[in-house]
Amino acid sequence: MSTTSVKAGLSTLEALEAEGIHILREAVATARKPVILFSGGKDSVAVLHLATKAFWPGRVPIELLHVDTGHNFDEVIAFRDATVERLGLRLKVAKVQDYIDDGRLRERPDGTRNALQTVPLLEAISDGGYDVVFGGARRDEEKARAKERVVSLRDEFGAWDPRNQRPELWNLYNTRHLPGQHVRVFPLSNWTELDVWRYIEREAIELPALYYAHEREVFERDGLLLTPHPALSRRDTEALERRVVRYRTVGDASCTGAVESPAASVADVIAEVAATRITERGATRADDRASEAAMEDRKKEGYF
Amino acid sequence: MTAIASAPVAPDSRQTSLLRFATAGSVDDGKSTLVGRLLHDTKSILADAYAAVERVTRERGGAGIDLALLTDGLRAEREQGITIDVAYRYFSTPQRTFILADCPGHVQYTRNTVTGASTADALVVLVDARHGVLEQTRRHLAVAALLRVPHVIVAVNKIDLIDYAQQPFAAIEADVAEHARRLALSIITVPVSALEGDNVAVRSERTPWYSGPTVLDLLETLPSVDEAERAAAAGGWRLPVQYVLRPQDAALTPEHREYRGYAGQVSQGVIHVGDDVVVQPSGRRTMVAGIDTADGPLAEAKSGQSIAIRLADEVDVARGDLLSSASDAAIPVKHLDAHVAWLADRPLRLRERVLVQHGTALVQGMVTGISGVLDITLPGGTLDSSIVPGDSLALNDIGVVTLLLAQPLAIEDYGSHRRTGAFVLVDPQDGATLAAGTARAAAPGTGQDGYLSI
Repeated sequence: MSTTSVKAGLSTLEALEAEGIHILREAVATARKPVILFSGGKDSVAVLHLATKAFWPGRVPIELLHVDTGHNFDEVIAFRDATVERLGLRLKVAKVQDYIDDGRLRERPDGTRNALQTVPLLEAISDGGYDVVFGGARRDEEKARAKERVVSLRDEFGAWDPRNQRPELWNLYNTRHLPGQHVRVFPLSNWTELDVWRYIEREAIELPALYYAHEREVFERDGLLLTPHPALSRRDTEALERRVVRYRTVGDASCTGAVESPAASVADVIAEVAATRITERGATRADDRASEAAMEDRKKEGYF
Repeated sequence: MTAIASAPVAPDSRQTSLLRFATAGSVDDGKSTLVGRLLHDTKSILADAYAAVERVTRERGGAGIDLALLTDGLRAEREQGITIDVAYRYFSTPQRTFILADCPGHVQYTRNTVTGASTADALVVLVDARHGVLEQTRRHLAVAALLRVPHVIVAVNKIDLIDYAQQPFAAIEADVAEHARRLALSIITVPVSALEGDNVAVRSERTPWYSGPTVLDLLETLPSVDEAERAAAAGGWRLPVQYVLRPQDAALTPEHREYRGYAGQVSQGVIHVGDDVVVQPSGRRTMVAGIDTADGPLAEAKSGQSIAIRLADEVDVARGDLLSSASDAAIPVKHLDAHVAWLADRPLRLRERVLVQHGTALVQGMVTGISGVLDITLPGGTLDSSIVPGDSLALNDIGVVTLLLAQPLAIEDYGSHRRTGAFVLVDPQDGATLAAGTARAAAPGTGQDGYLSI
């Protein structure tokens, strides 16, 4: 079969964009106060880009929220702030550090903070009065996420009940919820990592430079290439080396690893992602490897 | 192992078309294995996921790789060895990109089959070659008929366990064909072994008596709903209004300060600039003055596209209205006959008050009649002849109901308007999704005025 069917209809990427815009408009239209979780990572950048297209020719009518673990990469924070500035939006930042400083949260023995994001996130949602919370999660990332609805109801504890999800029928999204509850909405649910990159290429979307190949001092731990960071006490056996690396995800620096890669442009990254044989989270996230059900457990606790 | 060693396929999502399909089967039909097989044979399994499944297979005393483990995502599912909720999978071939809604087989999870099938361009129903068509198979076919899934593929699985014999397959095929005829479904039956890979992605040499397509051949070539909706677009177009774009002070540029556009996703047909428009339910008429996207104006917009349109006149249009081509606009109704699949744990009772979500509209409604319930154990019935009298609907029941609406809605016959004929019922108290509904055809001269009935 040739591509004649695409000429008559929409390509996969066009269909995914149209679906994402539909989801954003639908959720915003029914929201009291919507917010996009925006970290400066590529998926949240893609969601924000979709929002700019969904609400053109007006400004995006959605606030942004970032849960800063205090271990984020400086380059990503700078990119985040520049993007917010450029689009004229309002960003709220919930800081894990504040919670540690005043004793509401305690640092974990291993120094990682991803698991500490849940409380600041839920309190920021509650304090901000947000009832519709957009995230960039994709179903292809992980087995538990593969089962989550586009519109996912969360209770007062932000918890996801995988066994009692609302049926999601046709493209009729049900965002109704009781006071105290909120819905998480995932416009990129049906996108794969490769789709996101193809979209970044097609739309010429700017990303933090960490996503592309650069030279960096790294050390190896449990098969991950980590950057020296105050939160990570590097052992004597872990030698520092300069390598050409890039990041496939740019989360918490204490548990996000780089991969060796010469991919310096979007086209290079697409070629690499298309050829890669390791899933995105498996290559770079220590926190998901803890157990077969690691992600499911954290989602039930209110994590994304 | 060859699957991960060989060069990966890198389809280009800018070039491929998209097909959404769902899978359904009874317990132990080997559905998870079939899905695992499709992912495996299309080289869609990544190395670390493959290694993890290999490790778990070994821990459980198995050898090689248990393909079913690739898809069972939740802890409870792995512990019980069954699938609980719809899992979405993504894979592609050079021809197409696929979104697979993998639906559980247990009767108690039929609501998930309804969920998965509602967006499906095709449904793959698993049948065990040793057992043939079971009650649960008939339930899945009834769901396919209710939701009018355009294409049904019945995969007769485990043919390796019947020594690749033609006769048992032929008997099942004939049985399926009879169901297809009665339910007015388009069904293709394929003999497969998900475990061994026969006729899933690769034609089997062990079934020389079968000359039809493989499951993957079908998935790669069947037209999607959007493609079919466009092909049939000689009829009119529909655009449910999602959002009124009226930026004023939030305009990105001064010339858009007074912009007023009606945003939505085209649900049927092709919109052209200059088309005559009817706004429903008000019935006001105007013309399409322009079609806009953030990437620039368009001369036409087709089913599936998210766009905004400007209208020639200042008419009152709000979220929830349906814009239609004027030539064949639907008639708004306040009474509605519909099939519903009841998806809530508590039963539906007469005079229950519900919210009806249709397109982008949400109106109050009341269940004024429950005229019957589908009994799938009745031998060889059509969807209509299998309806037995009943006055309530329980979880997973499919029934025929009458609804009274507080405001008129431009609901159309689901058979010819898959998007504008569909609705869901929502609990006005806690917001839960209660039912999937499909409006039934209006036969000219048989209904009351403004009454949509068969």
